Amino acid sequence: SDEDDEREKRKAAARKGSKASRKKVSKEQSDDESEEDKGRGKKSGRAVSKKEKEDQNNDKKGNKKGKDEENKNKTTSSSFSSPPSPADSDEESLSEGEIAALKEQVEEKKKLIATLRNKPWRMKKRLLLLNDWTNREAQDFVEKFEGALGKGKGRRLYAFKVMMTKKLIKFNRDFENFKTACIPWERKIKEVESHFGSSVASYFLFLRWMYGLNLVLFGFMFGLVVLPEVLMGLPYGSIPRKTVPRDEQATAMDFSVLFDFGGYCKYSVLFYGFYNNDRSIGVLQFKLPLSYLLTSVGIFGYSLLVVIRTMARNANEGGDGGDEGEFIFSWKMFTSWDYLIGNPETADNKYASITTSFKESIVDEQENQKDENIHLRRFLRVFANFLILCSLGGSGYLIYFVVKRSQDFAKMDPKTLTWFENNEVEFVMSLLGLVCPPLFETIAELEDYHPRIALKWQLARIFALFLGNLYTFLFALFDEVNGKLEAEKSIKNATEWALHQYYANYSSFYNTTNVPPPNVAPADVIRGPCWETAVGREFVKLTVSDVQVTFLTILVGDFLRAFIVRFLNYCWCWDLEAGFPSYGEFDISGNVLGLVFNQGMIWMGAFYAPGLVGLNVLRLLTSMYYQSWAVMACNVPHERVFKASRSNNFYMGMLLLVLFLSLLPVVYSMMTLSPSFDCGPFSGQEKMYDVVIDTIQAMPAFIGNIFTYVSNPGLIMPAILLMVLAIYYLNTVSKAYQQANTDLKKKMQMARDDEKNRRNNQDSTNQVMKDLEDLLPNKSLAPTPVAEEKPLGTLNFLIVIDKTRTTRTKPGTAGKGVEVQKEESLSAPNPRRPVTRAPGPRGGPPGNMRSPQPEPGRGRGQIKYPRPA
Amino acid sequence: MDYTNEPDCKLPLALIVDMPELKENPFRNRIVESFSEDGMGNLSFNEFVDMFSVLSEMAPRELKAIYAFKIYDYNVDNYLCKEDLEKTLNKLTKEELTPEEVELVCEKAIEEADLDGDNKLSYTDFENMISRAPDFLSTFHIRI
Repeated sequence: SDEDDEREKRKAAARKGSKASRKKVSKEQSDDESEEDKGRGKKSGRAVSKKEKEDQNNDKKGNKKGKDEENKNKTTSSSFSSPPSPADSDEESLSEGEIAALKEQVEEKKKLIATLRNKPWRMKKRLLLLNDWTNREAQDFVEKFEGALGKGKGRRLYAFKVMMTKKLIKFNRDFENFKTACIPWERKIKEVESHFGSSVASYFLFLRWMYGLNLVLFGFMFGLVVLPEVLMGLPYGSIPRKTVPRDEQATAMDFSVLFDFGGYCKYSVLFYGFYNNDRSIGVLQFKLPLSYLLTSVGIFGYSLLVVIRTMARNANEGGDGGDEGEFIFSWKMFTSWDYLIGNPETADNKYASITTSFKESIVDEQENQKDENIHLRRFLRVFANFLILCSLGGSGYLIYFVVKRSQDFAKMDPKTLTWFENNEVEFVMSLLGLVCPPLFETIAELEDYHPRIALKWQLARIFALFLGNLYTFLFALFDEVNGKLEAEKSIKNATEWALHQYYANYSSFYNTTNVPPPNVAPADVIRGPCWETAVGREFVKLTVSDVQVTFLTILVGDFLRAFIVRFLNYCWCWDLEAGFPSYGEFDISGNVLGLVFNQGMIWMGAFYAPGLVGLNVLRLLTSMYYQSWAVMACNVPHERVFKASRSNNFYMGMLLLVLFLSLLPVVYSMMTLSPSFDCGPFSGQEKMYDVVIDTIQAMPAFIGNIFTYVSNPGLIMPAILLMVLAIYYLNTVSKAYQQANTDLKKKMQMARDDEKNRRNNQDSTNQVMKDLEDLLPNKSLAPTPVAEEKPLGTLNFLIVIDKTRTTRTKPGTAGKGVEVQKEESLSAPNPRRPVTRAPGPRGGPPGNMRSPQPEPGRGRGQIKYPRPA
Repeated sequence: MDYTNEPDCKLPLALIVDMPELKENPFRNRIVESFSEDGMGNLSFNEFVDMFSVLSEMAPRELKAIYAFKIYDYNVDNYLCKEDLEKTLNKLTKEELTPEEVELVCEKAIEEADLDGDNKLSYTDFENMISRAPDFLSTFHIRI
């Protein structure tokens, strides 16, 4: 019965399911059990009935945590008596109750095997336990009876399932690896990130994203516009617009002309002028003009969609700036090394990356700890902004002035102007572009911002400067367009007059009314000035010159500089590497802005030059390789490496702004300017969008009706109103979510602080509670024993409470103790001793008083009076 | 080293840390030492299996935390004191940080994780901190 009791106890303990209790129970009993186990059939065990087996398994449950001395002598090789084999009879004669009991057994056995894994024991211990005869039996038991209980048709199916699961896991892992390997340039960017920090890497990530966007745009333009014209349109030389005019043919193949995108380039698929205005072309009756218009609009639409989607996705990933979790440094220290690394290069990169990451967090921490005169800083910032606004205004006026002068110059004869006067505009623009950014940077040092924020200000300012560039460019362009339109009118009149004359002559000469069309070679026809192609050429030339300037700057400014510094250093008076000029740092703001504005140019020019997008794809591709090489070879990391803001939303925001800015000129020209009469897919129409209207009218009647209804102002106004309301509603909802977020964060922070304080066994940091405790009548009477020790007499109990307030709260948290801390310089610092014993009786030996902690009761908000000494 | 005749032999530390899986790891010595019974890094086969079983992806989080604590505890006093943290940090950054930076980082780490105020991290502190770390399981993992 004793044994039964014990068994019951063990059963109960086991069924509780908690390892701890079982451990306790088994530990207490393990020594007792060892004797019993020996007797109970370790060595025997043949032909035991099921009941006995249950008994043994129950025993084993009880002592599975215990370490039997006897077991040590038994190894797998020895004393492994034959397992019991009642199996056959058992399988046939399983009744309901027995099945249930067996199931329970199997579960418990499985738990045993599982928990054995979780114990931090030496392998020897575990093996011993597992090799224990009864435990081994447990494994066999599980295997055998799991099949019998129908948990799968016997072991084979189960084993098959297990194998399939393993294969599936492996397949998933390989697929994930493959997907990651497919991402282009991932390793390159990671390398840059390890050495230069996440801010520089964010530029390359942005570049890669742009490349993806441009690839899609290229796909649209190429597949829907260029390819149909090339495959199904008329070939080169068949009609006037596709042929080089006679007087240009002599120079059409010259390299300088080609490089300027004249000659054969001008009359190719690259530009607007090449496309024919047949409503549908080829076997498939592809409607080219319609496709041209819709694709151009679609490019804007798609870009808008992608930019906004990326912004939304980034916004989800949390706010701006570094992460605000707890345990930042601890996690960096203990979880940043990836134990899977086996490649020395990767290891080097990882070391650099970890170092950079620590440096970034240190910068963040130092910024947090900065504690200075707020007024001085504010004044300096206002002053700096004022200076920068002045310089921006000055440059804006300068640009306006120069553009005005160039307009006057254009009226004069070009030969009378000097080179300087001819190229005044470009000269002034380049000068501004070179001088202003460093000027802004030096002024920005007055502001003393966190580097991440300083970068944003720099970006915004240079953006404003570049808008001036854009303004002049567009202005010049529009002047050119207007000039061409004027010229076109006269040529159009001239051509029509000539045609009229020809018909009149012909009919009067041959006296027929059936006049064949004039037989003029395409190259000799009088051509209009085709302003769209001219505009397209301007954009392409601008892009190409931009590319050249960027590449040259990197080559000279970075590579040559690094080369000189490295090799001239050996024979120079002062240390070139440490002093002037040293190695360059990667200019994030300049490069990002260059990328953004370049994309703006592409968006503007894609309508007039379909080949521009393809050019841009090539440019981005080469830029990626070239710049990543240049960064690794010629640049040094910034002095203060800082973490990029987690969302890339600032760059996206600028891109969105530029997208809208570039949409406006295109839409304006589409709507108001009339297309050239003899080139392009819209030639002969009043306005470019006439194609759409014609197509709608050509469609069945009811579609036309639908469009008429939809474009009714009475329908559009309510629709706009509805959208405005929807925007307002969503805005409110998102604000509410943000508020809820901050509230929850605050709650978490408070919970953490409370827990911390509770563990430290101190007062709650609740200021009000402390104040209330102050006001208690009895407190001033009870002589706190601490008073005897402290030199400051009357401030005793204040000190007792003050001391416990000096829990370190992070600056910037729910500001509980920040200001209070400053007032408590009087009190002695908190000794922060662990609470290893209960507070001793007051008035005891001085040894107790060294850790002057109030009774724990106070911390919970209960008010206990200190026991009288 | 004749395994067939003496299955109970122990491999020396120098041989084990030469494995490709461990070669690049800055903590390889500490890893092997914490799994060896004699504390010197000589592993028998069972201990070897144990080591890789803990570091595999199937091992439970608590088990990994226990051994991670042992690995980072350089002076084996069951606490991660400041010197332990400094050594860890220097191994991680290959001593690229200045002493002030090292000091700052260790201070901050202790401040963040220490709950009982003794200026060193006990196992409870460490476990509390590491159980919330999002990438502990994925980085503390060796595939063999």
